Amino acid sequence: MDRTDKLFGITALFDNPDSIINAAKKVVGEGYKKFDVNTPYPLHGMDSAMGLKNSKLGFVTLFFGFSGTAFILLFMYWSMSIDYPMVIGGKPYFALPAFIPITFEFTVLLAALSTVFGMIIAFFNLPFNDHPLHDTAYMKRVSVDRYGLVILADDLLFEENKVRELFLSLGAIEVEKIYYPEKVTYPVFDAKFITFLIIVAAAVSALTYFTLNKFMYMVPYNWMSEQDKVIPQEKSVFFADKFGMREPVEGTVARGFIPYPYMGIAEPKEYLINPVLPTRESIALGKRKFLTFCSPCHGNQADGDSRLRGQFPSPPSLHTQRAIDFPDGRIYHVITNGQNAMPSYAAQVTREERWSIVNYIRVLQRSKNATDEDIKEIKKESSSNVQK
Amino acid sequence: MSKNDSGYIKRPLPQKFLNLGLALLAVGLALGIIAYIVDPQRASFSYLTSFMFLISLGVGSLFLVSLEYLAGAVWSTPFRRISEFFAGTIPYLIIISIPLLFTMHDLFHWTHSAVVNSDAVLKGKESYLNIPFFVVRNVIIFLIWTLFYYLITIRSRKQDETGDQALTGTNIKLSTGFIFIFSITITISGVDWMMSLEPHWYSTIFGVYYFSGTVWCAFAALTLAVVLLREKGYLVPGLKNDHYYSLGTMMFAFTAFWGYIAFSQYMLIWYADLPEETSWFFHRWEGGWMYASIILIIVHFIVPFFALLSFPAKTNPKRLKFVAVWILAAHFFDLYWLIMPGMEQAGRAYYFSWMDLVFPVAMVGFVMVIFRMMTNKYNLMPVKDPKLQRGLDYSL
Repeated sequence: MDRTDKLFGITALFDNPDSIINAAKKVVGEGYKKFDVNTPYPLHGMDSAMGLKNSKLGFVTLFFGFSGTAFILLFMYWSMSIDYPMVIGGKPYFALPAFIPITFEFTVLLAALSTVFGMIIAFFNLPFNDHPLHDTAYMKRVSVDRYGLVILADDLLFEENKVRELFLSLGAIEVEKIYYPEKVTYPVFDAKFITFLIIVAAAVSALTYFTLNKFMYMVPYNWMSEQDKVIPQEKSVFFADKFGMREPVEGTVARGFIPYPYMGIAEPKEYLINPVLPTRESIALGKRKFLTFCSPCHGNQADGDSRLRGQFPSPPSLHTQRAIDFPDGRIYHVITNGQNAMPSYAAQVTREERWSIVNYIRVLQRSKNATDEDIKEIKKESSSNVQK
Repeated sequence: MSKNDSGYIKRPLPQKFLNLGLALLAVGLALGIIAYIVDPQRASFSYLTSFMFLISLGVGSLFLVSLEYLAGAVWSTPFRRISEFFAGTIPYLIIISIPLLFTMHDLFHWTHSAVVNSDAVLKGKESYLNIPFFVVRNVIIFLIWTLFYYLITIRSRKQDETGDQALTGTNIKLSTGFIFIFSITITISGVDWMMSLEPHWYSTIFGVYYFSGTVWCAFAALTLAVVLLREKGYLVPGLKNDHYYSLGTMMFAFTAFWGYIAFSQYMLIWYADLPEETSWFFHRWEGGWMYASIILIIVHFIVPFFALLSFPAKTNPKRLKFVAVWILAAHFFDLYWLIMPGMEQAGRAYYFSWMDLVFPVAMVGFVMVIFRMMTNKYNLMPVKDPKLQRGLDYSL
């Protein structure tokens, strides 16, 4: 670097950390305000020796840290509770404990980034390409194994001889004058060059974009994740009504499906007749299905004592005279079609299973209202079983 | 550097300090005995809280001593002896635990064989939670702690006279062993004395939770003692406010660590929402305990966190003194919050009792008496420790 004849300051090199701390203290004591210390590594005690106040950087960190907390909490509130509310794991929309880790991470992220960039940009004034100390023998030494101190020429107390004497009396091993460098213009920062760069960048980007995405577009191999078939809920380009999911053609019945003629009628005038004989197998099947699908509300014995403990309206008992007098088809109709608060179970239980449930309900009704003769019959049967 | 050139002059604490300690101890013990006569079950819960605090203080302090040896820390060398003095409570733990062993039926639900036999969960845990094994393992733990206390501190004190640097080397090896044993024993202590109050519940992070409070409490006690002793001129004049910086930082760090651990425990249980895990938090959310839980977050985390957040606060003696007292109280409150809701499991409703204030008084008196005894006998600083001069020269 070429130097002007304008003096920047006088530097001194010291050869151990104790003497540089001592020197910094003396320089402060002499009343110099504009000076700096350069050491190859941070020295404990240097801040107080130089009379430096606490850095204000902490406030930048604090401000951005809190901004991060506030931003991310509001963002999660907006995205998870307002814009796209979704129940996850049965938690409330605004599930604070689940958001805390993200809040913490984001707070730390913003605080750390603001600290680093705040330090570099606001406190170090970087990029600073033509600092007078750059490219000097002094800087080469203090970045390796010497401890340097520089007093600037624009300090009010600055007098060349006095500063030199002060340094020598403090035990400096080398004292040097540093001049301001010639103003260097960097061709890289030239306006024309930058405009040229921007134009080239825009042109290359545009060319690349159109070449790859328009002129030479090629479908990348997508591992069959995209196929021509129509998936559920998808819009159809084939059918006029644009529905991908089709209704069956009117008047047809799916194979293996027996339609129920009274679907959707609350009180049909007549009922089906039970086609399933109350065999042991049918009753066992009915019992299994009853305990799975019916008992949560009706109770295990169909007493209407719901296992849901009043969290859902309890249905009436199936042992009332009215229910006993129902024809099989009527009970089958309630299961298939639903009644009052009870929804249709046609989707959960098949036709045969529904009739088996009816058979099982008959068994429950009979057992709850057993006559003396029934009991005699059972005793006879069980004693005959024992004899076997 | 091993010469005694620190300028330290040995000066025991005044007789007044001892008298005050003895008075507190006597009053606390007398009222404590009355408490045990009036209502042994309620008293034993209060006693357990103070007992756990003593473990925190004593064993946590010994942990700090061994941590300094192991990590080769320099900044804490001038204060190491104070932690050693607090650790001087360790040999007495085994005696102090005796009343608890006699009231185990009042404290621990799982000690009743009728209950265990009718409870499949407790039956399954019986091989660990049974009285003989509980007593034996805890007595062994107290003995191990006592052993390491003597092994480490005897060498530390011997160095005051001989200045032999090899003693530091031996202590580093001992500390390695202690840190390893500490991690296991402090977990067992936390689980045995506090988690087993509600034996159905379990949390694998509980040991770490107790550890975080333990070290926090030990740092606070150390800070309080250092600030007060320096104010009264018992330490060397060369100490600066810079020396406080790491104490403040460590208290701050463990505030955050506790928050991290406590929240980890809470969030995992909250998220999984399994009845056998959430019950513990429900016991701390029912009735007035809800307020106690919220206050715990504020007292144990938010206040110390912001009180110590700024750089100047960590070197300001006044602020540190206040925060240290605050932290000691907060740790006691934390233990109270851990232990007291367990009373429901022991078959009685919780209510605040005067007994909860009696045992802490006795405990403070006890620690003061031990501390004064120690200052009478030993130097307040490790005067010939090879790291002492570097520790004193420390500056920010």
